[in-house]
This record gives sequence, C-alpha cells and structure tokens, in this order.
Amino acid sequence: MSRRFIPKVVTANRLREGDVVYLTADDRWTPHHHEAELIEDEAHAQLRLLHAAAQRLYVVGAYLADAKAGPDGPEPVHFREEFRTRGPSNYRHGKQADLV
Amino acid sequence: MYSYSEFDEAYVRERVAQFTHQVERRLDGSLTEDEFRPLRLMNGLYLQLHAYMLRVAIPYGTINPRQMRQLAYIADTWDKGYGHFTTRQNIQFNWPKLPDVPAMLSALADVGMHAIQTSGNCVRNVTADHFAGAAADEIEDPRPVAELLRQWSTDHPEFQFLPRKFKIAITGSPNDRAVTRAHDIGLRMVRNEAGEPGFEVMVGGGLGRTPMIAHTVRDFLPKADLLPYVEAVLSVYNVLGRRDNKYKARVKITVHETGKEEITRMIEERFAELRPLFGGNDQKLLAEIEEAFAPPAFKSAPTDAYDAFYKADPTFRAWADTNLAKHRNADYAIVTISIKAHGETPGDATSDQMREIAALAEEFGHNELRISHEQNVILPHVHKGDLPAVHARLVKAGLGTANVGLISDIIACPGMDYCALATARSIPIAQEIATTFRDLDLEHAIGPLKIKISGCINACGHHHVGHIGILGLDRAGVENYQITLGGDGTETASIGEKTGPGFAYDEIVPAVERLVRAYLGLRASAEETFLQTYRRLGIEPFKAALYEGEDSQDAA
Repeated sequence: MSRRFIPKVVTANRLREGDVVYLTADDRWTPHHHEAELIEDEAHAQLRLLHAAAQRLYVVGAYLADAKAGPDGPEPVHFREEFRTRGPSNYRHGKQADLV
Repeated sequence: MYSYSEFDEAYVRERVAQFTHQVERRLDGSLTEDEFRPLRLMNGLYLQLHAYMLRVAIPYGTINPRQMRQLAYIADTWDKGYGHFTTRQNIQFNWPKLPDVPAMLSALADVGMHAIQTSGNCVRNVTADHFAGAAADEIEDPRPVAELLRQWSTDHPEFQFLPRKFKIAITGSPNDRAVTRAHDIGLRMVRNEAGEPGFEVMVGGGLGRTPMIAHTVRDFLPKADLLPYVEAVLSVYNVLGRRDNKYKARVKITVHETGKEEITRMIEERFAELRPLFGGNDQKLLAEIEEAFAPPAFKSAPTDAYDAFYKADPTFRAWADTNLAKHRNADYAIVTISIKAHGETPGDATSDQMREIAALAEEFGHNELRISHEQNVILPHVHKGDLPAVHARLVKAGLGTANVGLISDIIACPGMDYCALATARSIPIAQEIATTFRDLDLEHAIGPLKIKISGCINACGHHHVGHIGILGLDRAGVENYQITLGGDGTETASIGEKTGPGFAYDEIVPAVERLVRAYLGLRASAEETFLQTYRRLGIEPFKAALYEGEDSQDAA
C-alpha cells in the first residue's frame, strides 16, 4: 500500500516582484493561498508543477507545498507556508499589508 | 578611509552595466533562471521567502556619511524605508523588485559601493574589528590590510570557484572583537620579540552545522608576508577542499580531515613557492592604502561637559557606562549606537535614522562610521565634550538605547521572517527577550551577557559563540529552539554546549528567564559575569534551572 497522498498546491515567487503566488485551477497565478487549486492526486500534481515551471517569464522556483482543505479554500499545513501567505512577523509588510 | 581609485570605479561601473543587461535578458526570456541565478548571486541578489533581497558589502564595516545617506536614499526609493545591518557587517534590503536592482546598484556605485562577492563560493567581504583605528588597545589599524585583501580577492581568477564560501576576519587588537577564531582565516595582530607588528594566523574556524574554533598555523607572520601567506592558505584549500559534499566543503573540514600539522606543512610549502613571486608591489600598494587610513586630526578641547553630565544625568550616565568604549586618545570616546531598541528588530535602521547617524558623524565624528558584526553602528571618534549633545540627538532619533553588551543587545539573523533557508523565526524571539527583561527591570543588574539567535543550523546569528545561544529548528513541523551555553567569540573563544531538549516558540523566553534567574542566584558577586559563573560552575546548575519540574511533570 502506498502512503496516502498529502494534498498540494503549486506555489512560486513572481519573477519581477519576487512575491509569493499560487497556481489556480484555471491557470492563473494568485497571491491568495485560498484561491489555489488543491491537488489531491499525485500524477496531477506533477503535471501542474510542470505547467508552472514552464512559465519562466512569470514565476521562479515553483514547487509543491502541502495543503489542506479549509472553509474558504486550501490552507497551508506547515508554518513556513503559513508565513509565506502573509509576510514577516516584525513588520506589517508583504501580503498582510498589500492584500487588505 | 579608502576612496575608490579610477580602476575600482571603472570595474564597479562595468559590473553594473553587465548586470543591467543580464536582468534585461532574464526579463525578456533570453536567460533561464538556472542561467541567471549564479549571475544575480554574484551581484548579491537573493530570492528569499517573500521577496528578493539585496546584500550590499560594507568592506570591513567602514562607511562614510555620504554612503550612509545613499543607503537611506536607496531604502526610501526602492525598498520599504529601512535596511538591515547583518552579522557580517553588510546591509541587506529586504524588498527590492528585480527590474529596480540595476538602478540600486548604480546608486551604490555613485558612492563607491557594490554588492559584489556578497554571495557565492568566493572570498566574501573581509570583516574587521568595528573599533578599528580608534581602540585604545590596538597595535595598528587593521583596515589597510583588510583593504589590501579586498583588492587582492576581488575577482581574483584563481579564487572565484572555491569549494565553498570563504570568510576572513581581522583585528589589530589583542582583545578580539571580530570573532576571528570562528572564520576560515582569522588574523590577529601581535608583536614579536623585536616589537614589530605581525599576525597570528588562524585557519579553519567556522560556525554552521559543524562549529569549530580555528587552529593557529603561524604564531607570528611578518606583515609583509601576509598576502602570499593568505594566498598559500587559499591555494591549499582550493586543491584539497571537498567539492563532492557541500556540507564538508568549508576549510574547517579540510583542516580537520588533513590535520593541523599536515595542513600547516602544506601551507608553508606553498608559501615558500609563492613568496618570491611577490616582488614588493603589494607592499607599495599597502603603503598607499595606509595613507588613506591616516587618523583624523583630533581636536583639543575641554571635556568638562562630559564630566558634568555624567555626574548630573542618570540617563546619560547609564548610556555612557554601556555604550562608550575606550579611545586611544584620552579626550575621545568610541560611541556604539545601539540598533537594538527594546522590541525592535536587531540591526534594522530606518532611513531617517541612517540620515541622523550620517549627520552625527559629520558634526561630531570626523566623518567616520563603522558597522559592527553585533549589528550596531559605531561613531569611532567622538570628543568627550560632544558626548552629551550626541546622546541627546540619539535619544531623539530612537537610537539612544543604553544596552550595548547587555541582555537586549542580541544578535539575531533574519530567520524565517525573511530567509528562505531558515527553519524557524529569530526576530520575534529577540524582541520578546528584550522587552521581557526591560519590563523586569533586570537588564543592568544582570550585566554583560551576549545572547545570539540563529534561525537555522547555518548559524548566521553566531549562536555557537553566544553566552546563551539559541538555535531555531523545525521539529516535526513545529518551531523548536535549542539552547547552548558558554559560547564565547573573543580571544578566549569557545563553542557553546547544548543543554538538552529544545523549547517550543512560547516556551523559549521563559526558559531564558529561568537561566538568567539561576545565574543571578549562583554568581559569586555582582561583578561575576554570566560567562564567568558558567565557567566556574559548569552546565549542570543551569540545566537544572532550565528543566526544573520536568521529571515530576513526566511522572504525573
């Protein structure tokens, strides 16, 4: 029996701005984690990652990050990914300020 | 200080032009990220958690007011109005956008600054004693030699692709404020029996995942032999260094695996080959550089104002007691400006603060500034009569915190608030320790105590040499903080010892408080420092305080 696949989102940093973005089901890049496509199948995850990595003029360093379903959409699992959804804790900079 | 020659200027401008084109080619798709990444890193540009980060070199921590103002301008124009001074005497901007970086580098070049060799497997920014040129205990100003090393190592064709990064630190004083024993090469100025100045050469120190104190490979190296000798060390390392394993690639591992005797022999052998090839031009150049570092014209003026304020004003006195150091001119003092206001981010200065620091250096400090590896800013030459005025201005700018060397003068790396490599946050831990002990009003009673925090095993926060070191880790998806005790970064260098299991994010500050309260109860007198008490008693009583009640909890 293979281990149960932990759902994923595709995330990266934008090439020009450097900020964190997530791949949506309709092939957009969004700054909001909850708008990301929650991928529950491993093979599909690899295809989505390939699709993301091919967008070399828009994003850098695409990877699959663990996620889980939440009431408003996918939520991060690991604290590092949670920090990436909002920005640093010492100043109100990054998404926590930009997306209000 | 040293000003760029025409050659330096042309070289830096050319690099800016090259990088400008490289960015254009990345943005239009001519370069892939794999192709572009090494190019941007060569120019100090990282991609971090939330944004790009530009690391700007401040060679041997020396900067002039005009440069400081330009950093403020860059922070306002292309970043978020502040900069972060690092443990390698550099400054980092946390929010640049890729298309703006060429303009930032161009603005740096306008004041003789750059971001070259602040990343990559090359000789990084040479760091130096932040009291260089001013300290009372100094044999000679180490900065001319540091500048010589900078010129020699910049774009040196043999040393651009070393097995791993390479860090050199230098001090001109017997009291080591530059952590030389934790560097790939540490240079400590000493005198021989004839009274001539030279260097004790230490090789193979380093922190990171395998912390090691450097070995002395030469007790006394004449100053004139420095460049060929350093080249010999690098040359031996370049051949022997482990390129097969990133974690074994630093020279500390090379020294460890080769053995001190054998590596010393190899260095000396290579030195014997190289020495005759240095025909004396390096010494001519050094003599020219030394002229550029001539001390300022110290003024003669009464110091009465200092004495009067010291007697009358307790706030000034507290600041003077912690933030001033002994200058070689008895009428002067070295001022450490604390960039560690309680609750603020260690090492972060706003653009307004940078401009005020620049103004103070111009008005009261002979136009000189230094950045310390402890993330503070130094006015190296302030006449004692001017100290009350300087203090008043610093207080007004939010820079008057009287805590240098105390528990809230914490080194902290950016940690997981910014860094892509981090495994846990550092900054909020530092902020909370500082405010906790301020609120307890214990800081001055505790006395000298160095807390150093790293957010990952790479140890940018120097936790191994903190009296109390804190290392943030990811333990099963949760932030966890490991404590080390008894580390020391000075001439009596030692690596701290692990206490045992780590602490959760909300447990680490109370744990530090237990340690400090234990010290207050254990110390032989109010004069015995934390480190002295630790060295007298060992780790056990501190462990007992740290883990008190754990057994009973487990049993329950």
